[in-house]
Amino acid sequence: MKALGSRYSGGWRGVLLAVAVAAGSAMAVRAQEAAAEPAGLAVAAEPAAAGEEAATVSAELFAVNNTWMMVATFLVFIMHLGFATVESGLNRAKNAVNILFKNTMIPAIGLLTYALIGFNLMYPGEEHWILGRFLGFGGFGVRTGPEGLTSAYNAGYTYWTDFLFQGMFAATAATIVSGAVCERIKLKSFLLFSTLYVALIYPWVGSWKWGLGWLDAKGFHDFAGSTLVHSVGGWAALVGAVMVGPRLGKYTNGGVRPIMGHNLPMVVIGVFLLWLGWFGFNGGSVLSADPGKVSFVLVTTSLAASAGALGAMLTSWMVQKKPDLTMVLNGILAGLVGITAGADVVSVPASVGIGLIAGVLVVLSVLGIDRLRVDDPVGAVSVHLVCGVWGTLAVGIWGEGKSFAVQLLGVGAYALACVLSAAVLFGLVKLLMGLRVSKEEEVLGLDVGEHGMEAYPDFQGFLTK
Amino acid sequence: MKLITAIIQPDKLPDVKAALFAAEVYKMTVSNVIGCGQQMGYQETYRGAVSEVNLLKKVRIDIAVNEGFVQPTIDAIIKGARTGKIGDGKIFITDLVECIRIRTGEKGGPAIG
Repeated sequence: MKALGSRYSGGWRGVLLAVAVAAGSAMAVRAQEAAAEPAGLAVAAEPAAAGEEAATVSAELFAVNNTWMMVATFLVFIMHLGFATVESGLNRAKNAVNILFKNTMIPAIGLLTYALIGFNLMYPGEEHWILGRFLGFGGFGVRTGPEGLTSAYNAGYTYWTDFLFQGMFAATAATIVSGAVCERIKLKSFLLFSTLYVALIYPWVGSWKWGLGWLDAKGFHDFAGSTLVHSVGGWAALVGAVMVGPRLGKYTNGGVRPIMGHNLPMVVIGVFLLWLGWFGFNGGSVLSADPGKVSFVLVTTSLAASAGALGAMLTSWMVQKKPDLTMVLNGILAGLVGITAGADVVSVPASVGIGLIAGVLVVLSVLGIDRLRVDDPVGAVSVHLVCGVWGTLAVGIWGEGKSFAVQLLGVGAYALACVLSAAVLFGLVKLLMGLRVSKEEEVLGLDVGEHGMEAYPDFQGFLTK
Repeated sequence: MKLITAIIQPDKLPDVKAALFAAEVYKMTVSNVIGCGQQMGYQETYRGAVSEVNLLKKVRIDIAVNEGFVQPTIDAIIKGARTGKIGDGKIFITDLVECIRIRTGEKGGPAIG
């Protein structure tokens, strides 16, 4: 037990490290501001003539578009609170601080790395492709000239809105992984993996489609990220859950023991925050305030969520004999993930169908994945990977003019890239510092083990079985 | 009649229950307690301040048994709870003066069951 106390004695070293990081970043920021030319503009603008920007739409329309995109940014941002409460509520009280800590740091790290590398890796711009249309990089840091603040950059948003909106998406991919590996992964191992994954892998594979890379050229369609965000996170979640192993006591000889969440009201709060956030996630992916397109997308999104809840409820009721709240909550998320690929190109009845099937799939997947003895405490793999793939393929079934074969190609390409890179990164981290906490720490709880504090010190969070 | 009180590690409760069921001891009362013995505590910190936590979470099992079940119960508890590490717990045995089943009014051995 003494060893846990000595964790605190490294305090002065931590202070020195923090000062060094702060000094380093301050220098990096100064260097950025010193650079004169703008780099990484996603859309080439007409050269400005005598100081006048070449506006593509009226100033009023641009202001409306950009305002909506900024609101969408806020909505996607609040999804992180949704993730935090869902994950923490579905796990045991003794690990709550650890889960909340990870969900707090991921958006922070995600935004910072997106500013440093991710944005320009995901949107290299026409002049900065390096390896075919497979890998490109527009340079470190974010900067823009005066055209970046006008509709000359894009009719829908300024350069800065573009960066921030996309930056919010980046962190959501990383946070999917935390749900699958929680309660037994070492904090620093997870932070290292997530930083590398969100800084390098997410933007690189994202460039293949949204960055106008090779998959976009083939006609692959992923409106708001069923593949680019959800399956990218989902594949890493699967690899992580397999490599880190199941929680102690989860699987017995031939059986599955339930490890129950400690706060279901929080899970409900989280799921509804996520649904709210999805209005921005999908609504903002229209990339303008176009009334017809945005309002249509919000409808397909919400109907898919509702159908997902219904599909999950029916499946859960039939298979488990009693309807399971956590399953219908997962069903809402499943419907949302499923519609994310095609909210703009499928019909209203199709969106209901996509959501309904996603709801069924998620319940069967949660049960099936447990049968395979892969421990996924929150159903991250079932919601994000399985339904992300489903949503992508559904575009090929019901999307106007979309090809199932190309959708399948995209799914396969991302599967290969993400599984391989996640395996390599997790393997690297395992080599450097191990992945899993000790048995004693896992039993005592990661809150005390990793953080030296409890989430509910006044409550006695006791076992009841 | 004896009252057997066992203080065990919380995560051993499923194993102890399984061992008791195998020994055909099905009736028990389980409560959550905090306590300490030889096991040392651990440190927690909060915004710069450090505290020592030395009352640790434990589980208490109370079982009323007839004489013939005393040894099997003890053996079952030890089998389920022993890990060989400090903190495994203790078993206390006290004399039970009377036992009454509320529903029927039975007393003594038949009431214990």
